[in-house]
Amino acid sequence: MVNLGNIWQNLLASQAPLQAMTGNATTMSGLATYTLPQLPYAYNALEPYISAQIMELHHSKHHQAYVTNLNNALQAHVAAITSNDIPAQIAQQPAIKFNGGGHINHSLFWKNLAPAESPETNYSEVAPSLAAEIENTWGSFDGFKKAFSAALMGIQGSGWGWLIKESTAGTENSRRLRIVTTKDQDPVVGSGEVPVFGVDMWEHAYYLQYLNGKAAYVENIWKVINWKTAEERFQGSRENAFAELKALL
Amino acid sequence: MSTSLFRATPVARSALRAASAVKPAATFVRGKATLPDLQYDYGALEPYISSKIMELHHSKHHQTYVNGLNSALTTIAEAESKGDFTKATSVAPVLNFHGGGHLNHTLFWENLAPASREGGGNPDGALGKAIATEFGSFESFVKQMNAALAGIQGSGWAWLAKDKAANGKLALITRANQDPVTGNLVPLLGIDAWEHAYYLQYENRKAEYFEAIWNVINWKTVAKRFEA
Ligand SMILES: [Fe+2]
Ligand SMILES: [Fe+2]
Repeated sequence: MVNLGNIWQNLLASQAPLQAMTGNATTMSGLATYTLPQLPYAYNALEPYISAQIMELHHSKHHQAYVTNLNNALQAHVAAITSNDIPAQIAQQPAIKFNGGGHINHSLFWKNLAPAESPETNYSEVAPSLAAEIENTWGSFDGFKKAFSAALMGIQGSGWGWLIKESTAGTENSRRLRIVTTKDQDPVVGSGEVPVFGVDMWEHAYYLQYLNGKAAYVENIWKVINWKTAEERFQGSRENAFAELKALL
Repeated sequence: MSTSLFRATPVARSALRAASAVKPAATFVRGKATLPDLQYDYGALEPYISSKIMELHHSKHHQTYVNGLNSALTTIAEAESKGDFTKATSVAPVLNFHGGGHLNHTLFWENLAPASREGGGNPDGALGKAIATEFGSFESFVKQMNAALAGIQGSGWAWLAKDKAANGKLALITRANQDPVTGNLVPLLGIDAWEHAYYLQYENRKAEYFEAIWNVINWKTVAKRFEA
């Protein structure tokens, strides 16, 4: 399997100049190549709540690594399919889930953040229908904030906290909200959930600024939640939430 | 091992001795987990692990696991005394996490030593031989351990362990989050792959941390655990 991966990496490397020339992002296998999305704001735009240094590393290094490793895993997976090698296909699945999840989660995360005091962070102004459902579910915004923060603080190890809208078969028109936590880079896909917004609880998301004080990070993240994006995702469908990812091919 | 991790007070110790003479259930005495002292200064592992990392890692992160473990044990003891087994059982994940965090870090600190003292080099004697037998060579072992560390998806640890169920054969294993090494596996050498273990110095370049840490591995401790 390792050898197979190397072969594909070599193949990819040899194709790189061609891609650069033609601007064609698809490879010989017909697979599209995922790319790192641009941030909708500058690295320092979330200061003082998230430092420019954190944002730059998080986006240009961590997210980039998920994208690179996802593309590699998908290439190896296709090679395994082409050669009818089922063990090799299975061997790629954890890497696809981990790196694909990392790519999905971070892509959603960047868009559900916005500079503090910007119009997008004005909860009651820009998220009227979501706010109504939040108050309907948790009694008040403070009740929701408390429950969500507690969920974030309860994560053991690396993971994410998400506000999701339930959307299983037969409940497509549901407006029911739920707080879920996921481990590592497990994405909120596959079980009929519309991600409304997520918070990255990996240590790399806050450590350079907050050190072991993750409660302070959890407190401050509320200042930079993009409620406009959250409202749009809440009103939309699963397909809408993930449409932006398809555009990143 | 538990004696060094759970320091009973003198009063509690005599109570423990007394307890062994009477019915254990009637005079249950609980030791409190405490933060162990490091056998070297926070700056002693420089330049491989920075002083700032060591100080936060030991005085903040490890302390949090100690506190979490003690509070989980208190909750369990209280629930037990009331016969509330639902409550006692519900603490299991927190006990595993904080108890594991305390055990893992305690073992980890002892696995490290300044490069100017016992740190670094190659293991010799029976341990060196067993590593060569099991992994081909010491270099190959380091390579395999680094690959295991790099492959951890999320937070966790990689361990060199001894398998009591297989005649003490060596095994390279990984654990998620703070899951402790238990059962037939005896932890010999653990490396913390949580981001807090390296991020302030190495940022996203974790492979550099995994390379560097071999300069401060205390093989004496590993050999002692292997031969025990
Ligand atoms: Fe992240
Ligand atoms: Fe640690």
